[in-house]
Amino acid sequence: MSRISFQVNDRKISAPEGMSLLGACLNADIHIPHLCYMEGMTEPPASCRLCFVEIEGRREPVTACTLPVRSDLKVRTDTPAVRRLQRTALRLLLSVHHVDCKHCIANYKCELQRTARFLGIGLKPKHLDHYSKEPEVDDTHPHLIHRPNRCVLCGRCIHICESRHGRAYIAMARRGFDTVLTFYGSTDAIDLPAPDCTACIDVCPVGALESKHGE
Amino acid sequence: MDSEAGREEAALLNRLRTRLADFEKDRANLLSILRMIQETFSYIPEEAIYMAADHLDLAPSEVYGVATFYNQFKFNPPGKYPIKVCLGTACHVKGGDIILENFERKLDIREGETTPDRDFSLERVACVGCCALAPVALVGEAVHGHMAPSKVEGLFTRIQVEKEMAEREKRRHESAR
Repeated sequence: MSRISFQVNDRKISAPEGMSLLGACLNADIHIPHLCYMEGMTEPPASCRLCFVEIEGRREPVTACTLPVRSDLKVRTDTPAVRRLQRTALRLLLSVHHVDCKHCIANYKCELQRTARFLGIGLKPKHLDHYSKEPEVDDTHPHLIHRPNRCVLCGRCIHICESRHGRAYIAMARRGFDTVLTFYGSTDAIDLPAPDCTACIDVCPVGALESKHGE
Repeated sequence: MDSEAGREEAALLNRLRTRLADFEKDRANLLSILRMIQETFSYIPEEAIYMAADHLDLAPSEVYGVATFYNQFKFNPPGKYPIKVCLGTACHVKGGDIILENFERKLDIREGETTPDRDFSLERVACVGCCALAPVALVGEAVHGHMAPSKVEGLFTRIQVEKEMAEREKRRHESAR
C-alpha cells in the first residue's frame, strides 16, 4: 500500500493510504485526545467528540477519526478552537461521571484522568449540574460487573465484542442522559460464547467494566 | 397474571413466528417488526424480543437497545384500566406531576408500569386537548378534569364500586338462568 505524507503542526508525517488522520497522528506520536476510536475500526462512531482537529481550508473543526489521510492535508491539532471543543466535551462527560478515582480500578490508567491532565482541566467541572444514573452497579451479567456512572458510553466494548464473537453481547439501551449499557439476553452464562473472554474489560478506557472472578 | 390474558398472549406468541416469516431477514426490517409486535400485543413482550432477534440473526441486546431508544415502544402490557396523566404545559403548571405521583403511590407502580394483576397501567401523556380542565387524567377513554389528590382516591372507589356492581349483575344473571 502506498504511503501518503502530509503536514501536521509544522511537521511532515506519513501514513498508509486509507488510514484515518487520528490513527496516523497517534502513530507519529502526536497526541490527540480520544475515547471511542480504536485501531482498525472501519467506521469509527465519532461519538466522544474529543478528537477534533483543524484542517486548513475548512471552516469548522473536524473529527480526526473519520477523516482519511490525504496528501494535501494541513492539520493543526492544538488551536484554541479545538481545545475549547475538547474541554467542553470532556467537562460534559465528567458531569455524568462518578469521580471517585481512589476507589476505581482504573486509577492511574484511566483515559479520563489522562485526557483531563492533557487538556488542563479538573476532574470535577464547575458550573455543570451533576447527573447520576440508577442503579450504581449492574451485576446482571454472569461474568461482569458494570458501573454505569463510570461508563463514558464510548462503545469500545460493543465494538470489540462484535468483532471477537460475530455479534455484540453488550448493547446500548435507552437514550439521552438515560443511555446505559445493557446485557439484555446475556444474563445467563449458557447464552455466552466465551466465559473467559475479557476483551471488553481490556478495552474499557475507564473502569466501568470489571470481572466478577477477579484479575 | 390474569390467566385469560396469559392464554391469549401465549396464542399470539405462537402466531408471531409465522408473522415474522413475512419479513425479510434484513436488519433494516427491525423497526417494522417491532411495530408489528407492539400492534399485536399492545406492548413488546420479552419473548417477542428474542424471537425477533432470532429471526434477524441479531443479538437480543441489540434488538432491546433499538426498542428502548424509541419512546413509542412499551415494555409493560396495558392494564384493564389504562390511566394516562397529562403533563402538557397547562397541566404541568397546574401540578400534573403531583397527580401522577398520587397515582404512582396509590398503585405502587412507576410511570410506564402495570400493576401485577394487570388491572391498572400508568402513563404520562402530553396534552389531551382540554387544557381548560387542567390538570387532566384519563381512565381508558374517559376524561377526568380538575384533578386533585382527593379525586384520585375517588376514582379508585368509583372503579371498585363499578366492578362490584358488574359482579352482582353477573351473579344475578347467572342465578336467573
